[in-house]
Amino acid sequence: METINYQNFRIEAENICVDYNGKVALYDANLRLKPGQICGLVGMNGAGKTTFFNALTGFVNISKGKIRINGESVRSAQKDQTIAYVPQNEGIDSQFPVSVWDVVMMGRYGSMNIFRCPRESDIQAVKDAIERVDLTDHLSTPIGNLSGGQRKRTFLARAIAQRASILLLDEPFSGVDIRTEKLISELFIQFKNEGKTILLSTHDMIHVREFCDLVLLINKTVVAYGETSEVFTPENITTTFGGISPDFLFGPES
Amino acid sequence: MELCSFLTLDSFITDPLTHEFMRKALLMSSLVAAVCGFLSSYLTLKGWALMGDAVSHSVMPGVVVAYALGLPFSLGAFIFGVGSVALIGFIKQKSRVKEDTVIGLVFTGFFALGIVLVSKIKSNIDLHSILFGSPLGISLSDVKQTIFISLLVVILLSIFRKDLMLYCFDPRHAKTVGINVFFLHYLLLTCLSLAAVVGLQSVGIILVVAMLITPGATAYLITDKFDNMTIISVLSAIISSIIGIYISFWFDLETGGSIVLAQTFIFLFAFLFAPRYGIFKFKKFFAGYK
Repeated sequence: METINYQNFRIEAENICVDYNGKVALYDANLRLKPGQICGLVGMNGAGKTTFFNALTGFVNISKGKIRINGESVRSAQKDQTIAYVPQNEGIDSQFPVSVWDVVMMGRYGSMNIFRCPRESDIQAVKDAIERVDLTDHLSTPIGNLSGGQRKRTFLARAIAQRASILLLDEPFSGVDIRTEKLISELFIQFKNEGKTILLSTHDMIHVREFCDLVLLINKTVVAYGETSEVFTPENITTTFGGISPDFLFGPES
Repeated sequence: MELCSFLTLDSFITDPLTHEFMRKALLMSSLVAAVCGFLSSYLTLKGWALMGDAVSHSVMPGVVVAYALGLPFSLGAFIFGVGSVALIGFIKQKSRVKEDTVIGLVFTGFFALGIVLVSKIKSNIDLHSILFGSPLGISLSDVKQTIFISLLVVILLSIFRKDLMLYCFDPRHAKTVGINVFFLHYLLLTCLSLAAVVGLQSVGIILVVAMLITPGATAYLITDKFDNMTIISVLSAIISSIIGIYISFWFDLETGGSIVLAQTFIFLFAFLFAPRYGIFKFKKFFAGYK
């Protein structure tokens, strides 16, 4: 096992900007996360949450700024399987003809040979990951036949099988059942103890208070960033959500 | 006369095989169908039906120019096929016109250019065989080229089978784990152009898109496993080609049209009777009477 140096930063994003054909999606955004930290990414739809994720995974190129993952470039982080991305349920084609096993095995592709033939160790990693999310009874179930929560767990298992040290989760709690929610929160504590770094986007303010050490409020750029207890204030939230009162935001959900 | 021969199924099948052009047509069309069927799973899952239509029509001027210059027609087709996609991407990015409109106007433009070129370059190019295919009149050099391209596409798809599946399913994850998504995108486009070239010999440019989407759509209705989908897609494509050629032989019908019609009927059959996703859901039907 590699020893985890808790002093070094896992993620360092400095003044990053992303634009799509001249349309600015994110500007001057900064973020620094250490091993074992869980950070909530909070903002409106279109505030640049997904763009931030895309920049960190290298799915879009940044037009300005610098990103360091474990002190190295995004490209070498990709090669080292450092980052795992868990998509929103809406972000994937649930009718695609693949089973739970197939999806979790995709977490191993990056470290396999060019034909992507699973080795004994890959098979074991996939089995273990599926067991950790409690889907052993559904190994060969097509993902189209799963519930929203089970599907979410499948993609979480893929991230586990990948053995990534950084997990990016897009709305991990949206559209899941109570059982899945409980399982995900238990896994978060385990991940934290294993020294993994977690960045999750969410709409749900309660989850931020419950899980996140740090919170990053964004609206095209960083509105506020820091310890949840200090930064997650009604004033900051109001600014993030374009002047809508936090009472309204908290009202129906809490 | 002909009706008498139908009395025995045996002669219905073996009679055409006594002709060399029929044996060649059956073999070549089956090979072409297998290649297109293989690719078809990816195109239907990726949602590239319109792209398939665009590329297959856009290869037309390439084929004509290559013939005129004495180059292998696959080369010309390939350049125009990939070129059309690049042009679509460029116009989409630089204008406010919506993507489907851009695709439509680019491929019809290329196609029109092809037709104009054929009328100008009076050579031995047979417009009819390019538009509607001529599996019965395929020449020896065409046979060699078809076999070469088919093998190339099958090998490429086989090597990158799983990567392409991942690319169609979740390109973001592919990118995150260090897989070259850019390469896979152009690999799929390359295979699409090449498959369009071999496919047009069987059914012609106008209908080749059917070879590229119908088998995949049929298989998608039948199975929930990706590997099975590929196998079913290839098999249904081969079977339709054989049925189409036999029908066209006995009833003296346009061959390309017959092949595509056979594919459409197989799709309709799956649409109605597929075990899980068919309208009549036969599995449930039987289960109820157990």
